[in-house]
Amino acid sequence: MVMTESVDAVSAREALFPGTVHVDVVSAEEALFSGLAEMVVVPGEMGELGIYPRHTPLMTRIKPGSVRIKRPDQEQEVLIYVSGGMLEVQPSVVTILADTAIRGADLDESRALEAKRAAEEAIKNRTSVIDYAQAQAELIEAIAQLRAIQQLRKQAGH
Amino acid sequence: MAGSKEIRAKIKSVENTRKITRAMEMVAAAKMRKAQERMRASRPYTEKIRNVAARLSRANPEYEHSFLGKRENIENVGLIVVTSDKGLCGGLNTNILRLAVSLMKTWEDEGKSIVVCPIGNKGLGFMSRIGAKVKSNLTGLGDTPHIEKLIGAVKVMLDAYAAGEIDAIYLSYSHFVNTMKQEPRVEQLLPLSDEQLGDVKGSWGNWDYIYEPEAKQVIDDLLVRYIESLVYQAVVENMASEQSARMVAMKAASDNAKSVIGELKLVYNKARQAAITREISEIVSGAAAVG
Repeated sequence: MVMTESVDAVSAREALFPGTVHVDVVSAEEALFSGLAEMVVVPGEMGELGIYPRHTPLMTRIKPGSVRIKRPDQEQEVLIYVSGGMLEVQPSVVTILADTAIRGADLDESRALEAKRAAEEAIKNRTSVIDYAQAQAELIEAIAQLRAIQQLRKQAGH
Repeated sequence: MAGSKEIRAKIKSVENTRKITRAMEMVAAAKMRKAQERMRASRPYTEKIRNVAARLSRANPEYEHSFLGKRENIENVGLIVVTSDKGLCGGLNTNILRLAVSLMKTWEDEGKSIVVCPIGNKGLGFMSRIGAKVKSNLTGLGDTPHIEKLIGAVKVMLDAYAAGEIDAIYLSYSHFVNTMKQEPRVEQLLPLSDEQLGDVKGSWGNWDYIYEPEAKQVIDDLLVRYIESLVYQAVVENMASEQSARMVAMKAASDNAKSVIGELKLVYNKARQAAITREISEIVSGAAAVG
């Protein structure tokens, strides 16, 4: 894994591919890009950032927009659309944690309210003390049923 | 030929049941592959964000986040329980809920109060039936869960933690070992512990990031995403567990139906044979009486 590669591994790679930086673009649902780059352009919150190898450690939020990656020996830049996220820069590794959803304080707040409302609706009519006896009884019943099924299965020779 | 008609009807109905369980088995098998792929696809993000969070917690930022600090007295506990929306998946939900209940019982015996955040219909139904305090919940994730849907339910818990209403958050879900085996698991989400974040290898030295726009906002955002990614990972893992548990359960049901059909056919043939024998003997004795 590149994130945890030792100083030796970093210098070994630099000897092989001088002037490159390792770039990982990942979203929570999938990995989008992983490889070497000569330069990365990221839509940072405070403005567009062009990152070359040996950049100083930096951490920032990114705005919705395109990430452009210039790979060594290839004319075509890789374009990846991100709907926001976080950028972490280290001298030899750039990590872009892309969001899959548009985020914002207000948006997140309304999502939270929605979840709260759903919870209130779900628990409208019931007692406030946890009824462990009922819980236990329900679980024991379910487990007994499962066990019975297993025994039946064994009898049937499966 | 008393009863043979009933037996035929019974055979027909078991055959129909078997068709359904076979179809469900095949659907579950197809969904399981996709769910496993999703589970694998989400790992790089969790891994990367964990690394960043680990470096962050050691980079001596000028701002100490509430998620990172340990709390002295844990009086209120939050528990996120991930279950499936649908049943017919063997003992999967029962196992995870049993673990959750035994934990809750221990906490209550220690005098802690508990709020829960059930994810999935089965957990919600169970928690509200037994009277647990449901703080937020999430159901209807479908076959392709998106992190977007999780944001709200998780935020309610994180806000409660930040406000000091709860002092620790735990996450329980079914860990996917392999197709045949899933085990219920509980992890502590908050406060973030050093061992959970793991070691940062390599000698990066003593340095700090440049934060843009400022450390507080960036760290807040990052840690919230980290927690969300852990919950998402639990959800996709639970889903892979659910599909494989369902596949196995449905396969067992189909096999059972098959053996039941075999037995019923035997009974049916015996009854038919008996009827024929009786008829012949009636004819023979009738002919003997006439002759």
